[in-house]
Amino acid sequence: MDRDLLIISTTCFLAAVVRTTVALRAGVFRPGRFNFLAIGLGFLFQTAFLSIRGHALGRCPLTNLFEVFIFLAWSVALIYMLVGAAYRLSLMGAFTAPLVVLLQGLALIAPIDVRHPVKVPANSSLEFHASVSLVAYGAFALACIAGVMYLVQERQLKTHQLRSIFYHLPPLTDLFTAITRLLWLGFILYTVGIASGFFTGRPLPHVQVVAAIAVWLLYAAILQGRYFRRIAPKRIAALCIIGFSAALTLLWGITFSAQTHFVP
Amino acid sequence: MNLFCIGLSHHTANVETRERFAGGAGSECTLRAAGCTEALVLATCNRVEVYGASEKRMSTDEIAQCLLQNGEVSDRGHSTALPFYRYEAEECVQHLFRVASGLDSMVVGETEILGQTKKAYQSARASGAVGPCLHRLFQRAFRVAKQVRTHTEITRGSVSVGSVAVDLAQRIFGELGNCKVLVLGAGETSERTARALISRGVSDLRVSNRSNDRGQELAQRVGGRAVSFGKWPQQCHEIDILITSTSSETPLLTPTNLGPILANRVDRPLFIIDIAVPRDVDPAVNEMEGVYLYDIDALRSVAEQSQAVRRQQIASAEAIITEHVADFLEKISYELNRVSRVTGHPPVADSSLHASQM
Repeated sequence: MDRDLLIISTTCFLAAVVRTTVALRAGVFRPGRFNFLAIGLGFLFQTAFLSIRGHALGRCPLTNLFEVFIFLAWSVALIYMLVGAAYRLSLMGAFTAPLVVLLQGLALIAPIDVRHPVKVPANSSLEFHASVSLVAYGAFALACIAGVMYLVQERQLKTHQLRSIFYHLPPLTDLFTAITRLLWLGFILYTVGIASGFFTGRPLPHVQVVAAIAVWLLYAAILQGRYFRRIAPKRIAALCIIGFSAALTLLWGITFSAQTHFVP
Repeated sequence: MNLFCIGLSHHTANVETRERFAGGAGSECTLRAAGCTEALVLATCNRVEVYGASEKRMSTDEIAQCLLQNGEVSDRGHSTALPFYRYEAEECVQHLFRVASGLDSMVVGETEILGQTKKAYQSARASGAVGPCLHRLFQRAFRVAKQVRTHTEITRGSVSVGSVAVDLAQRIFGELGNCKVLVLGAGETSERTARALISRGVSDLRVSNRSNDRGQELAQRVGGRAVSFGKWPQQCHEIDILITSTSSETPLLTPTNLGPILANRVDRPLFIIDIAVPRDVDPAVNEMEGVYLYDIDALRSVAEQSQAVRRQQIASAEAIITEHVADFLEKISYELNRVSRVTGHPPVADSSLHASQM
């Protein structure tokens, strides 16, 4: 039943991707309500899935890689719903939906939904640490998407080859403002997530701690460069993509190799 | 009921002829007095058209006479010599839909015509010259124009050099209200571009010219402030947009002299519009981070890209219009037949729609 909800959710996001692709190919791309509604609906089904899974487990559904992927996709959609409308970045949906489809599609296809043989006991501080960290990942993912949009827009302006999508992307300065805000949001949440990890009452694997701090330092360096105006916007946009790739690799490493630190 | 459109446009008549027949404030009343049941005059710089509905067929001469300015008298019987076109029934409907959608405009896809059509409709309605037939026709035309604009890319981009520059500035900076602009050289094109930027909200505009007097004149004309020509490099630390059109034989801006300026403005893009020939800015400057350089050829190229896209969209727009024409004719004939049943007048046959009877 819960997987069915996830399939419906993925279909909603896929509808947004297909519509965008068809419109782009026809050269009549317009960021309309459809994408926002499709993503909104997909988000509702994601939430329903996580809720049902959470009730079944009796805890936050972050017990295996499958659930981590879905929670991450949910975080991305959540941040988009909050930020996309607020900063008139409706086109961000066209870039967000493929990422969510990729994460959920991978989770559905790969045999990673492995239930623990022993029921994992609830640990509120550990669940808080994991969920806040994943929402931070959602913000970093959106910053990465805004970075891609920035680079697409910048490239077209530089080469004087203005495609259909150019006229629907937000102005460069607006995109850069969005990137900065998303980076700050993600960084604050990630800091809270890392700090709370030290108060879970469980010993944390040394490698995970070092890797998490490395990602934190990377984002701190990006924000420092932005704050003191030492790094050009284009480089910050590129660093957002690199940063999120690094963060995603870390997340994969943590959950895949150690099956998360929820294991009793 | 005869539904017709008689007019002159940039396709058929020069500006002198269009001026002669531009009509006046009372043209619609004159047309009604001459026998039109309903009349609407659409007069813009590129066209003068009368949309009318009448019980009896009105000749082009009669309509032309009503449109003449200053009580001038036309040579009766010579309308064939005048470049008037005439569309009736289905053709009239189709023509109006094309006009309102910008397909018949000099610049395909321009949107000003829709505003002008709405204004003409409101004015005619206020004078009581618009009845149910033209009311339905124009309301549908506005819907069609909106649909064409929404579902095709017919209005995409800008098609003149000045508007391309302003459009690009908005794509880089968003709102232009906080942008600082420096106009280097007091040429005609740079003045036009500066004016276009001001019309989009720019309030901080500086002008620097070799001849200080000409610079001050331009600054006064556009509401900016003059800056001594020797000080323009310092201005580059503050400005966001540079419009340059000097007659310098060598480039004024090169990567060498722009490098130190950019070092202090890492997070702020610089948009350079170089409309000088020979160019004032070394093309290598475009390779520098945060700098977007557009010379006259690049601006023209963007304008041509937009024109090409608009041309590609004509077929899609025509398809939307054709669909609406058929639907409109079907609905209006149903309405008229319903009215005829109520009033006892003879019904309107479907085939008669194509024979100019509505």
